[in-house]
Amino acid sequence: MLAQFLQFLFSGVTVGATYALAALGFTLIYNASNVINFAQGEFIMLGGMLAVFFAQSGLPLPAAMLLAILIPAGVGVLIEKLAIEPVKGAETVSLIIITIGASLVIRGLAAVGFGKGTFSLPAFSGDTPIDVLGATLMPQSLWVLGVTAAAVGALWYFFNYSLAGKAMLATACNRTAAQLVGIDTNGVLFLSFALSAGMGALGGILIAPLTLTAYDVGVMLGLKGFVAAVLGGLGNGLGAVVGGLLVGLIEALGAGYISSAYKDAIPFVLILLILFFMPRGLFGARLTERV
Amino acid sequence: MRTSAYFGLLIVIAILALLPFVLPNSFYLDLAIRMAINAVIVLGLNLLIGFAGQISLGHAGFLGIGAYASAVLPTHFGLHPLLAMGAGAALAGLLAALVARPIFRLKGNYLAMATLGLGIILNIALRNEAAWTGGPDGMPVPAFGLAGFELSSDRQWYWVAAALLTVSVWASLNLIDSPFGRALRALHGSEVAARVVGVDVARYKLAIFVMSAVFASLMGSVTAHYVGFVTPGVADFFHSIELVTMVVIGGMASVYGSLVGAVLLTALPQALTAFEGWETVVFGAILMLCMIFLPRGLVPTLAARFGRAA
Repeated sequence: MLAQFLQFLFSGVTVGATYALAALGFTLIYNASNVINFAQGEFIMLGGMLAVFFAQSGLPLPAAMLLAILIPAGVGVLIEKLAIEPVKGAETVSLIIITIGASLVIRGLAAVGFGKGTFSLPAFSGDTPIDVLGATLMPQSLWVLGVTAAAVGALWYFFNYSLAGKAMLATACNRTAAQLVGIDTNGVLFLSFALSAGMGALGGILIAPLTLTAYDVGVMLGLKGFVAAVLGGLGNGLGAVVGGLLVGLIEALGAGYISSAYKDAIPFVLILLILFFMPRGLFGARLTERV
Repeated sequence: MRTSAYFGLLIVIAILALLPFVLPNSFYLDLAIRMAINAVIVLGLNLLIGFAGQISLGHAGFLGIGAYASAVLPTHFGLHPLLAMGAGAALAGLLAALVARPIFRLKGNYLAMATLGLGIILNIALRNEAAWTGGPDGMPVPAFGLAGFELSSDRQWYWVAAALLTVSVWASLNLIDSPFGRALRALHGSEVAARVVGVDVARYKLAIFVMSAVFASLMGSVTAHYVGFVTPGVADFFHSIELVTMVVIGGMASVYGSLVGAVLLTALPQALTAFEGWETVVFGAILMLCMIFLPRGLVPTLAARFGRAA
């Protein structure tokens, strides 16, 4: 009974960490530009796929991981430069469509480049499960949680103690005012795409040894990260992390106790409930619209 | 209705009337039927996106409701196809109202998220409830018949689709110039200004959303009867994106733009067979390029260039 619950808890929190990283990515870009980046899931996919590709071609794992983070970050910057910056101030609908177009291009190129098969990445430190009160915990889960915590911590430090981070916060708060005090808001946009793509890719690499990866895993992972960001209150960093863990947890518990066939539907039922009963999310700010 | 709009309607009717006589074979006839069906769906969706400024990322879900109502109800319950079609439309409308009512009291584009969730849940349900829906493999749909007459040949289906399209274009043009349409356009310009002059913003948005959902469900039923088979693919996320793309490429808030968008994107997969394996990439690239260089869509951009109102 307890063992079963713990088992669901472990798998929920592990997947939730990936959702949290994806949700942070949504949050970063949303804060810098009000764009909801529907290509976020593709960065997760790219991270996992590139790590597999580089590891198979003989690179040591840390180098493969580094490349698998840097390349998606570059792709993110490319999307920002080529597709988002030229249409700044366009309608939400147009921006959503542009990012959806970008996601199709990335997914299509991945399908052509890597093929449509599924791939697995070897676990970072072996596959010997750890026994915790009758439940099994994979060492990779500890890696996922540890690295995610470190990444979130680094991001927190960046926002609170570095000039670039503070410039990003200022831009999120009021773009015009930030521009007036001399902040390069285009630079902020650039940085937020690089950071959020890198975060997503990191999540994709960490989870790849546990779940297998393929060219099309980005759709569901990205959408669930999006649900997590909305649950936490879109635009709130802490909310994104808590939201990610919660979505992972609720999904795992729902799949375990209610119906595993409807596992993928659970986060989307959740998003409807959030929108009906608490549209600002858990930590969202109250907004008043100025006319 | 303005005279220029009437002129456009006459051109549409003329093209629809002549088309079957110039199409070389049944492959093109089939393509034309699917274009006409998509055009009706896109007209409904464009009223929502172009006029109410709201985006639905789960419209294929409503299509799926109609398609599966026409498949499941006659097969499992012996319901008449017409009744099944009506039941599907009613369910789609009800679901749309249920989901959108609380959403439209919020500001911002929350409908995108809610419809996205709804569409994905519906798709998963269609895949899982194999006893009713045949699961991922889909199920056959009985033929559509009325009073002993059964629609079967492509020719007959073409005239049905053409008639539906003509009526839809005519209705959309009228709707836009009605008080209801004027309220919608005011709402798209500025919600606050619209509210100040007495437009009940939430109610109008709800009405247009429910209408477009019902439209989608009805056309889902028509498609199901025409193809004779349904799979959960009709209701998947990618299909929803395709529908939104048709609206956007043709031109938001443009009736004829909807037709152009539907025709182009229905033909696109045929044109892309030359790019074996690269379809997704090309599709995505077209989406991005269109949005970056023609943000208002093809028809309004071209109309502005040649100085004519669309």
